[in-house]
Amino acid sequence: MTTTTGTAAVTPSVGTAHTRVEGREKVTGAARYAGEIPFADLAHGWLVVSTIARGRIRAVESAPVEAMPGVLTVLHHGNAPQVDGEYVGLLGKPDPTVTLFQTDRVPFAGWPVALVVAETPEQAREAAEALVVRYDEEPHDVAFSAAHPGARKPEDPSAETEKGDLAAELAAAATVVDAEYTTPEEHHAMMEPHAATARWDGGRLEVVDSNQGSMWVADELAKMFSLDLGSVRVLSEHVGGGFGSKGLRPHQVAAVMATTVLHRPVRVVLTRRQMFSITGYRSPTVQRVRLGADAEGRLSAFGHEALSLTSTVHQFIERSADYGRAMYDADAHHTVNRVVALDVPTPTFVRAPGEAPGSFALESALDELAEKCGLDPIALRARNEPEAGPVSGLPYSTRRVIDCFEEGARRFGWADRDPRPGLRREGRWLLGTGTAAATFPSNAMPSTAAVTAEADGTFTVRITAADIGTGARTALTQIAADALEVEPSRIHMRIADSDFGQAMIAGGSMGTRSWAWAVTSAAKELREQLALGGAIPEQGITARSNTAEAIGALAQKERHSFGAQFAEVAVDTATGEVRVRRMLGIFAAGRIVNPLTARSQLRGGMVWGLSMALHEEAIRDRAFGSHVGPDLAGYHVAAHADVPPIEVGWVDDPDPDDPVGIKGIGEVGIVGAAAAIANAVWHATGVRHRHLPIRPDRVLLAGTAPGGDVDA
Amino acid sequence: MAPAPSPTYSAITLNINGEKHTLPVDHRTTLLDALRERLDLTGTKKGCDQGQCGACTVLIDGRRAVSCLQLAVAAEGRVITTIEGVAEGEDLHPVQQAFLDLDGYQCGYCTPGQICSAIAVIEEHAAGWPSAATQDVRPEAGVQPLTAEEIRERMSGNLCRCGAYVSIVEAVAQAAEAAQPPSGGSGDGNGATEAEAAV
Repeated sequence: MTTTTGTAAVTPSVGTAHTRVEGREKVTGAARYAGEIPFADLAHGWLVVSTIARGRIRAVESAPVEAMPGVLTVLHHGNAPQVDGEYVGLLGKPDPTVTLFQTDRVPFAGWPVALVVAETPEQAREAAEALVVRYDEEPHDVAFSAAHPGARKPEDPSAETEKGDLAAELAAAATVVDAEYTTPEEHHAMMEPHAATARWDGGRLEVVDSNQGSMWVADELAKMFSLDLGSVRVLSEHVGGGFGSKGLRPHQVAAVMATTVLHRPVRVVLTRRQMFSITGYRSPTVQRVRLGADAEGRLSAFGHEALSLTSTVHQFIERSADYGRAMYDADAHHTVNRVVALDVPTPTFVRAPGEAPGSFALESALDELAEKCGLDPIALRARNEPEAGPVSGLPYSTRRVIDCFEEGARRFGWADRDPRPGLRREGRWLLGTGTAAATFPSNAMPSTAAVTAEADGTFTVRITAADIGTGARTALTQIAADALEVEPSRIHMRIADSDFGQAMIAGGSMGTRSWAWAVTSAAKELREQLALGGAIPEQGITARSNTAEAIGALAQKERHSFGAQFAEVAVDTATGEVRVRRMLGIFAAGRIVNPLTARSQLRGGMVWGLSMALHEEAIRDRAFGSHVGPDLAGYHVAAHADVPPIEVGWVDDPDPDDPVGIKGIGEVGIVGAAAAIANAVWHATGVRHRHLPIRPDRVLLAGTAPGGDVDA
Repeated sequence: MAPAPSPTYSAITLNINGEKHTLPVDHRTTLLDALRERLDLTGTKKGCDQGQCGACTVLIDGRRAVSCLQLAVAAEGRVITTIEGVAEGEDLHPVQQAFLDLDGYQCGYCTPGQICSAIAVIEEHAAGWPSAATQDVRPEAGVQPLTAEEIRERMSGNLCRCGAYVSIVEAVAQAAEAAQPPSGGSGDGNGATEAEAAV
């Protein structure tokens, strides 16, 4: 038959609610995640990680373990295949945490020292737990503080931006805020642990994995094992959450090493405890914010200094001080991200890296400034809307943050708010409300896609996208349907297979925008081919796209999503408990492709903000250098009972330079949410909480006297 | 692969979703691993393997249990229902349908556990079992409304890191309402969806 597009009037799908295309598989348990694909002759690997925080491995006593039932091999630095640790991947040189078993050095507690492979998971686990590793232990330093002598500015020139004379402007300002804020170590804690199964299949390495970019992981593995990219295939159909953690991690490398040695498929699944040390986390931060304003609340001085930590083997900077570079201007404007290397695991990207902790400090400080100026917090922000990027000087593509505040204020009932703190009581609860702005960069990265007109009248889209719960698979189905002017039911969306070619990862709020661009381009090309007429051959007609040139030609602008966060809290002054009663987030975040799934994603970000404000805190034991309670009981993430009704809305804000108008919504939802809650706690109690999480003990010790701020 | 019987293995019969499965299991094997690794019933998820996240929730003799904290050998003779067994053929269970319609999930990994838990929550509530959120626990008070607060309290053993809680509570409320025979209306009925809408 002849496949047609756009013949009948088809209602556009983009902008309408669409349940997830894989939804039925997910609610019936039929959706298979990485550790759930069956393989014949599968062996199971179990990682062994270091119990010391710094030193050398003296001996791995593998012989007794190799004699245990079912054990096939024990890999460690004395016998593991050599790999290349000097290659340059998407994000630069690899973190040595993933180039497994190449050295006897132990740089942190929880460092991978061996892999035990056995016939069954039970045998592998018991053998791994029985493996004796002897160390020469050395003194370690895991104590993070603002005063650490090792704190330094990284060589990266983007670490610092400066204009004007900050000290002079602060001295001349009518009102000054100078405060230190801290955020603790936070973890991704996605529900699905990292899992990979690797095997050699006809001369090709195939890895079934849980990741945020199959081509990304394939490229890293190819480089590390000195293979042609074409001889590596990575598949990642369903992913149980990522949040920045699911790139190349020890599990894939361990599985590839073991399958290479054993010549049979090997699966490695990380334990929840292992995830705390080898899959990244958000560094704790210490942030000093200095704001100076004139009598009307206009900023004249803006200073934001942030300190984060990294490991001794790899540098990752939590760029909290970047937040103000796009958000607020002043004659004197200074931002700097410093770092200190300690004997701890390497931190990494966690949902809204930089913006999440940075917005807590800055949006809290602005609330303090509003209080000191006697201004409404929204009025203060409206008075400080920049015309152009404060550091870049570039125009904004769109910036509707004040529209978000106005719409949010209307829906939240902000106009009725008495700004004075500590006045509202309901039984044992003190009540308060707070607000904060949100922003996150909106970018696109080059991607390729292929769209095939099938002989049966359907269309198959192939793109190495990843759906880590974002709803990307559904959004791309809607986008392809509109681009082809057909019903979404005629689209087969195939993603997460590195054989489909290069595409952006699910990260940086750039995934769906980048992939949508490539799918739209390929669909347009296909329609031009189909317009020539003729029958569709059995193998279909395929058009391909590559968006590198179009994205490279984009004008330089400040491109961001924005939002306004509102929260109402109740504080029990007898127990110190803080309950969030309701939240509202209004966002200006580009064209919303699927309101149903977009609402879930933005709300999910706000739940992260609530969790960050009140619950999350990984504690490191200074004596042993490892975590206290690295599990989901010791590290509490918000549960059902913690989460109140959360309303989400948006203002119309299509990106004028994007074919679909998308900006990105994966991260902006968390930004500012913790600050809105902390500001509400001040409004309830009169006490500023500058240290997260706002634990009951902190609330109790701070009391309720206005001005009794928590600075320690 | 199935190892040969030995002092550390036993042949057991598990009753799962109305089917009997006889298999040799390592005595160390949890019910969760028996389902996932031995019986290819991978709908039940492993999130923490230590009873803290609820992803592995199944129904055992009609009550919810975390299958990672139960040895397979101890599950013999029990009636086990997993996510693969809650739909009636092609017809989804009302809880499944509500999760699908209201987007009560994102990544989907906690979803089978949330759904199994929700099915039991609705039954526990209908049977008059109180929770910490129940206002009046006197037997003569009868069944209290299944409010949003009740659902949140009763579902708190099931973590969702994507943060889909609001939609999950709406889905459970909708399924509970559908499961209830229309009554004369004592009290204010099901308050969950109203509470969400009132924000």
